[in-house]
Amino acid sequence: MTRAKLDRVAVTKLVKRYGGERALAGVTLALGGKSMCALLGHNGAGKTTLLGVLSTLMRPTDGTVVYESAGKVVEGAAVRREIGLLAHASLCYPELTARENLEFVAGLYEVDVKLDALLDRVGLDEKARDRAAKTYSRGMIQRLALARALLTEPSLVLLDEPFTGLDRGGAIALGAELAALRDTGAIVVVVTHDLEAIADRTDHVAILRRGKLAFEDRGSYDYERLKAIYHQHAS
Amino acid sequence: MTPRGDRATGPHGTSGWGSSVVRHAARIAWKDLRIELRSKEIVYTMAFFGALIVVVFSFAFPREDKLVRAAVPGMLWVALAFTGTIGLGRAFDRERESDTMRALLLAPVPRLAVFLGKAIGIMGLVLAVAIVVVPLLALFLSAPLFQEPGLLALVIVLGALGFALVGSVFAATLLKVRSRDVLLPVVLYPILIPLFVAGTSVTETLLAVDVNLDTAWYWIRFLGFYDAAFLVLSLWIFESLVIE
Repeated sequence: MTRAKLDRVAVTKLVKRYGGERALAGVTLALGGKSMCALLGHNGAGKTTLLGVLSTLMRPTDGTVVYESAGKVVEGAAVRREIGLLAHASLCYPELTARENLEFVAGLYEVDVKLDALLDRVGLDEKARDRAAKTYSRGMIQRLALARALLTEPSLVLLDEPFTGLDRGGAIALGAELAALRDTGAIVVVVTHDLEAIADRTDHVAILRRGKLAFEDRGSYDYERLKAIYHQHAS
Repeated sequence: MTPRGDRATGPHGTSGWGSSVVRHAARIAWKDLRIELRSKEIVYTMAFFGALIVVVFSFAFPREDKLVRAAVPGMLWVALAFTGTIGLGRAFDRERESDTMRALLLAPVPRLAVFLGKAIGIMGLVLAVAIVVVPLLALFLSAPLFQEPGLLALVIVLGALGFALVGSVFAATLLKVRSRDVLLPVVLYPILIPLFVAGTSVTETLLAVDVNLDTAWYWIRFLGFYDAAFLVLSLWIFESLVIE
C-alpha cells in the first residue's frame, strides 16, 4: 500500500456523548502539516476523547473528521497507517521485551525498522531492551511507548500526556524530538498539563473547556504566555 | 523505516487482501502463543481446572459402563466450556491491561485479522486443554473415548473453533465492562447451546457400543454449519462492537 502522508485534518462540529454525558460539544478545529498543536484543558475537558476520535478508535456521535493528503481525502486503513498514538496506557505487551514489542508492531505495519536506532532516539537503556517490559520503570515504559508511536514514521502523531514519568531532562529531550518531528512535516497533537515542556515549541494552541473549544490561536508561545492563556481560558 | 514489499493491507488493496488477513491473523495468534509460552499462566490454570473437573466427576458418578457412556460426553463438553471461558476472559484481559486491543485496532491491518488472530489463539488453548481432559476422562472413568479417535478429534476441533469464534466476539465486546467476568458466561452460554448439543450428541454417538456413523456425521455437519454461520456473523459485527 502506497503511503498517503496526512497534511490536513479537519474536525467539524464534533460531538461525542457517553450515555447522557457530553464529552465533546461541537468542536471545530483544523490541524495542518508541519505544526505542533498543544491541546490543553482541565481534567474532563474532552482532550482524551478528542484524541480518541482523531485516532479513529472512537466514533463521534455527530460531526466529522476528514483526513487529507495533498488535497485528497484519505480513509480507513490508509489513515490508520499514518497515525502514531501515545496513550495513557503503553499499548505494549508487558511479557514481551522492548525489541519483541516493536518487532510485532513493525510486522503489523509491514515495515523494516532499525530498532536500535529508534530505541537510541527515545533514550531506552541498551541493557533493558531485551528484558520483559513488565520489569521497566514508568519512565522506561513511556520511552518504549514513544518508540512504538514513532516506529512507523507517522504523519499524524497523537500524544496523550507524553511527559508523564519522564525526568526533566527526558521531558525536554522529548519536546525537542516532537519539534523535530513537526519539522519533517508531521501533524503533532500533544495533550499535556506540562506547559513548560512544550513552551517555545508549540505553534498552535487549542484549549478545551467542558467539551467546547474555548480558545485557539497559532503562533509562538513562551511559558509565561502559555500559562497566562491557559489560566484565562481553561477554567 | 522501509516498507516490506508492495503488499496490499487494506480492504481497498487490489490484491492479496485474503493473504493479508491470514498473515496478520497468524502474526497475532503467534504473539498470543509467545506470551503464553513465556507466562504459561492461562494454559496451566485451564489444564488444572479441567483436570479438577474430571476428578470431581469421577468421584461424583458411578463407573457403570452404560452410565459412563451416557455421561462422559456431557462431562467432556462441560469441562471444555468452563475451562474455555477462563481462557477466553484472561486472553482478552491481557489486551485490556495495557490497552493493546486499541493498538491492534489502530494498526492498518484488516480488523478481520485481529478477530481471527485472537480466535485462533483461544482455539489453541481449548485444544490444549482437550489434550489433557480427554485422556483423563478415559483414565478416571474408563470411558471408551478412543473408539473413533479421528472423528472425536474432528468434533473437538470444530467445537473449539465455534467456541473461539463466538467467545472472541463476546469477550471483545465486554472488554471495557467492569463485571465482564460475570457477564461473559451469562451471555455466551445461551448462544453456545446448539454447539454443546451437537458436541455432546456426536460424542455420545462415538462412545456407543455400536457407533452409528451416519448420526455422527449429521452432528459433525451441524457443527460445521454452526461454525461457518458464526464465522460470517462474527466477521460482520466484530468491528462495530469494538470501536467505541
